[in-house]
Amino acid sequence: MSILLDENTRVVVLGITGSEGTFHAGKMIEYGTRVVAGMTPGKGGTSHLGVPVFNTVAEAAAAEGADAAAIFVPPFAAADAIMECADSGLKLIVCITEGIPTFDMLKVKTFLRGRAVALIGPNTPGIISPGKAKIGIMPGHIHRPGTIGIISRSGTLTYEAVQQVSQQGYGQSTAVGIGGDPIVGLKYIELLELFKADPGTEAVILIGEIGGTAEDEAASYIRTSFPKPVVGFIAGQTAPPGRRMGHAGAIIAGGKGTAQEKMDALRSAGVHVAVSPADIGAELRNALARRT
Amino acid sequence: MKIHEFQAKKILAAFGVRVPRGEVAETPEAARAIAERIGPRVVVKAQIHAGGRGKGGGVKLAATPAEAETLADRMIGMQLVTHQTGPEGKRVKRVLVEEALEIARELYLGLVIDRAREAAVVMASTEGGVEIEKVAAETPERIFKEYVDPATGLLGFQARKLAFRLGLEGDTLKQAQRFISGLYRAFEGTDASLAEINPLLVTKNGDVLALDAKMNFDDNALGRHPDIAVLRDLDEESPLEVEASKYNLNYIKLDGDVGCMVNGAGLAMATMDIVKYAGGRPANFLDVGGGVTEEAVRNAFRILVSDPDVRGALVNIFGGIVRCDMIAGGIVKSARELGTNIPVVIRLEGTNVDLGKKILAESGLAFSSADSMKEAAERIVALVK
Repeated sequence: MSILLDENTRVVVLGITGSEGTFHAGKMIEYGTRVVAGMTPGKGGTSHLGVPVFNTVAEAAAAEGADAAAIFVPPFAAADAIMECADSGLKLIVCITEGIPTFDMLKVKTFLRGRAVALIGPNTPGIISPGKAKIGIMPGHIHRPGTIGIISRSGTLTYEAVQQVSQQGYGQSTAVGIGGDPIVGLKYIELLELFKADPGTEAVILIGEIGGTAEDEAASYIRTSFPKPVVGFIAGQTAPPGRRMGHAGAIIAGGKGTAQEKMDALRSAGVHVAVSPADIGAELRNALARRT
Repeated sequence: MKIHEFQAKKILAAFGVRVPRGEVAETPEAARAIAERIGPRVVVKAQIHAGGRGKGGGVKLAATPAEAETLADRMIGMQLVTHQTGPEGKRVKRVLVEEALEIARELYLGLVIDRAREAAVVMASTEGGVEIEKVAAETPERIFKEYVDPATGLLGFQARKLAFRLGLEGDTLKQAQRFISGLYRAFEGTDASLAEINPLLVTKNGDVLALDAKMNFDDNALGRHPDIAVLRDLDEESPLEVEASKYNLNYIKLDGDVGCMVNGAGLAMATMDIVKYAGGRPANFLDVGGGVTEEAVRNAFRILVSDPDVRGALVNIFGGIVRCDMIAGGIVKSARELGTNIPVVIRLEGTNVDLGKKILAESGLAFSSADSMKEAAERIVALVK
């Protein structure tokens, strides 16, 4: 099983005619994702990568039954794109774009309130349910179907974790990048709730990093409400305070958001915390062995 | 992005936020001339991107224009050390000369984005002139907060509530309301990530002004604020960081000796962590970006090895769809151009791994490849010891 995304999800790709959109939409189709439409304003009526292109998301949803979106548009246009997708009734929006201003995302989050839509990202590698579909830019071939859910704020570090999971002989139910920005769509708790309800997921790997309090909030939730084993890793144990470590959201501000406090919070919630990023796979094996 | 106090005050004034009369001077003579215009009593304030300037001797009161000149002469060119600059301090290039005001009360006003609440928050406190983190830890009941709905902006009653809670009344209350509203407009209008007035001054006449002002901006929004982007002061940043930013590389200098070059911010942090776990000390954070190119690798490698503290380098690229032979070729080419032969351990994942390893092995350089992050970290730490 999987969460949010499977082989029936019908995807419209925003920015499909751009170079990044073309490349990754092609890879998504290759992987088996049902890409049913593209959207580029002004290119409606044409076709690209064998799918029809529309001027608006609403048309793509009406004509092709699109219920999910992959967004590959420039940063200053991306917030508008997210809200257009939500307004068109899509259920899943995956925003790959990096560099969206924080104020734009505050408006997006206000707009999404009360709507039945799941936003993944922005600044995310996307979401993949191995063997079924992927919406995003992650290399499909390193993943394999299985029972481990992955939630991460990072891209390549997630691939690293995926590879370690595979080396231990496990696969993934769904791997989700929540994004490296300070304001993102779904965070750990919403995704943990989905993994909790998914009978195909037996354990979850949670990869966090410095900055903000999302991991601490996740720890509180796990302590009281999440029965499946969780393995955690927090990147940035050696990061200096006050510096943004690549991701717009990865910053220790006012002494808050350190790796140590997040690791402590997770440990106290019963999470198996890997101190070294090389031990994520081994911690997973331990966690699953201890359970039985 | 950070800016100087005098720049922040100029921006705030444009949004109707009241600031003391003052001008910036790059020479002692100019400081004297300003004091003659707005003085005679003035405050001379060193302009660097760091807090704690007062304690470090960077903020002084001058009773006469002549004294302002003497103080400016002493400050301009000095290495000002504060708790935020590190022991080497920061060189003062200019001073802000401002009218000296009669202080009745020192308050605090700050605006940041609250990530958990997903909203901008205005914080006001009766405890001005001290660090707000200290107030938050010791007397949190003295901090008042109003969260802002981005659809409406800060509402009138919110500004009023805060002004009342600061214990203000009469014309001072009205001035504070206007000040708070203006500060929010400046924050939103410039895509700031921080706007801090500490202290917020109430004068003996009951006027409300920004005695100090600090603004930081959302780097992601600078593209739509060219007037703010030009305020970046490259002299305040480390030269290698400035060089890296030209190529859109995320580079942060640290104090160890193992240079790190990684694609992706999370993996870059994790690579630093594993170097430490293996007993070494990372010399830097360096993210060449998720979709790594040969050009990015060449520039990144050059910047990495031009740090004199670097005694060995760890390259960790999890490409997935990236071609490892391209990465390996880029590093070898870069190392030959630079004539460097420090030990380099490279861990590559992606297409053509074997071809990549072959290029490294046949390069004749002190390069080796590793199969995992752990192996790579342990090997490079052993090599630099």
